[in-house]
Amino acid sequence: MDKIDRRLFLKIASLSILGVTAGSLLEVVNPKDFKDNSIEPLTKLKAKRWAMAIDLTAINEAIINNCINKCHVTHNVPNLRDKQHEVKWIWQEKYSAVFNEGDNDFNLTTLYKNKNIPVLCNQCDNPPCVRVCPTKATFSRDDGIVVMDMHRCIGCRFCMAACPYGSRSFNWTDPRPYIDKINEEYPTREKGVVEKCDFCMERLDRGELPICVEESKNTIIFGDIGNKNSEIYNILSRRTFLRRKEHLGTRPQIFYLI
Amino acid sequence: MYDKGKIIAGLIIGMLIIMLPFWLNIGKTRKLPDPKLSEKAKLAEKCILPTDEMRSAHQVLLVEWRDLAVRDGERLYYSEYNQKKYEISLENTCMDCHSNKKEFCDECHNFAGVTGGSSPTCWNCHNEPKE
Ligand code: HEC
Ligand code: HEC
Ligand code: HEC
Repeated sequence: MDKIDRRLFLKIASLSILGVTAGSLLEVVNPKDFKDNSIEPLTKLKAKRWAMAIDLTAINEAIINNCINKCHVTHNVPNLRDKQHEVKWIWQEKYSAVFNEGDNDFNLTTLYKNKNIPVLCNQCDNPPCVRVCPTKATFSRDDGIVVMDMHRCIGCRFCMAACPYGSRSFNWTDPRPYIDKINEEYPTREKGVVEKCDFCMERLDRGELPICVEESKNTIIFGDIGNKNSEIYNILSRRTFLRRKEHLGTRPQIFYLI
Repeated sequence: MYDKGKIIAGLIIGMLIIMLPFWLNIGKTRKLPDPKLSEKAKLAEKCILPTDEMRSAHQVLLVEWRDLAVRDGERLYYSEYNQKKYEISLENTCMDCHSNKKEFCDECHNFAGVTGGSSPTCWNCHNEPKE
């Protein structure tokens, strides 16, 4: 057959219409909200030396509780009621228990004697935990954060013995059953590893402030004390502050403003 | 020679027992793993590195990612292969595309007897996708 008859013409015509519309048909199949996982460059927060100032004149128990709660939910910290086995990144303690050395009877600080204050890893500049870790699981980042690499932790707990602040917790049991609602975007830990606060390094590296700072209603100031123009540098040069167990030479980077 | 018959019979029976695994498997073939892509991965078409590289060395990439994120504070990975930037995250990147862990990752790992990639080690801490 060398001539296109009416039937063949109609067949070809309908097929070509189908071809033209097929593209839009496929689009209906494609979910509109398809995200291909590639992302925009992150503007991570950088510093010479991260530090934190907690304003004891302004912080109160409601704020502290909220900070603790948000931190522990974000990082999948289990809620083990047993004191011996509890895991904590940030918690609260009586002022008189935190600053219990020396003579605090006749100075300003007696004002806070019965107040609860937040305590967390001091992110020491001279961290004893880093010195004793046999696998370099705990190390200091260039910006001063003392980080735990969970992949290297063998659970020897030397770091817990070395830390003068009790900032580290050991996982005596599988933590998962004790986490109310797992944050799917952050790993949990497992039985047999040590953990602690890491200044929310995963948030800093994505351009966000630590969660406790964000929840603190400006009573926790966070910034770069390596930068003379930073807010924290200015506050620390103006105001009176305390650091925990300074005489040990660990050079803590959590400053309590009084 | 004494007891020639008994010795030969014993040898034959011994050989049969030693070769038992081969006799039992005669005619059987082992099914090769057939990892299935999730709908999302099908739409994305490409992985982070060329497919053969991913197949043979994804564990190397994961270790590189782990050290970049945890030890170097680097959360962004640029792939020359498809010229895209990815967030360095096992949960939020790999497993977002490969959300069908059982049909994908475990399909190979169970075949190859890899315990680390399926269970238990990584997934004791990292969250498995909900399936
Ligand atoms: C003891 C718990 C634990 C185990 C076991 C573990 N990880 Fe991790 N992993 C973590 C934690 C905690 C982080 C830090 C998360 C962060 O800072 O965002 C992390 C981070 C990572 C990262 C980079 C960032 C991210 O969130 O994905 C990769 C990649 C990674 N791990 C891969 C692995 C692989 C592969 C295995 C198994 C071979 C494994 N991990 C086993 C706890 C663990
Ligand atoms: C954007 C979606 C996407 C992301 C993110 C992604 N993949 Fe893939 N992956 C794919 C696709 C699509 C294929 C199949 C490519 C093909 O068939 O050529 C694939 C293939 C693979 C393969 C080879 C499978 C085979 O059949 O041999 C492995 C292994 C793999 N991916 C692991 C990973 C790991 C590990 C990560 C995280 C580091 C990851 N993928 C991140 C989409 C993705
Ligand atoms: C094409 C088959 C295949 C697929 C698909 C696959 N893997 Fe693997 N994976 C392997 C093999 C084989 C090994 C062992 C390699 C070796 O030991 O040299 C391995 C090893 C690993 C390891 C190292 C385990 C260890 O104990 O050191 C990790 C982690 C891993 N895979 C993660 C994944 C994740 C996550 C996925 C899904 C996103 C995945 N794999 C998908 C075949 C696969």
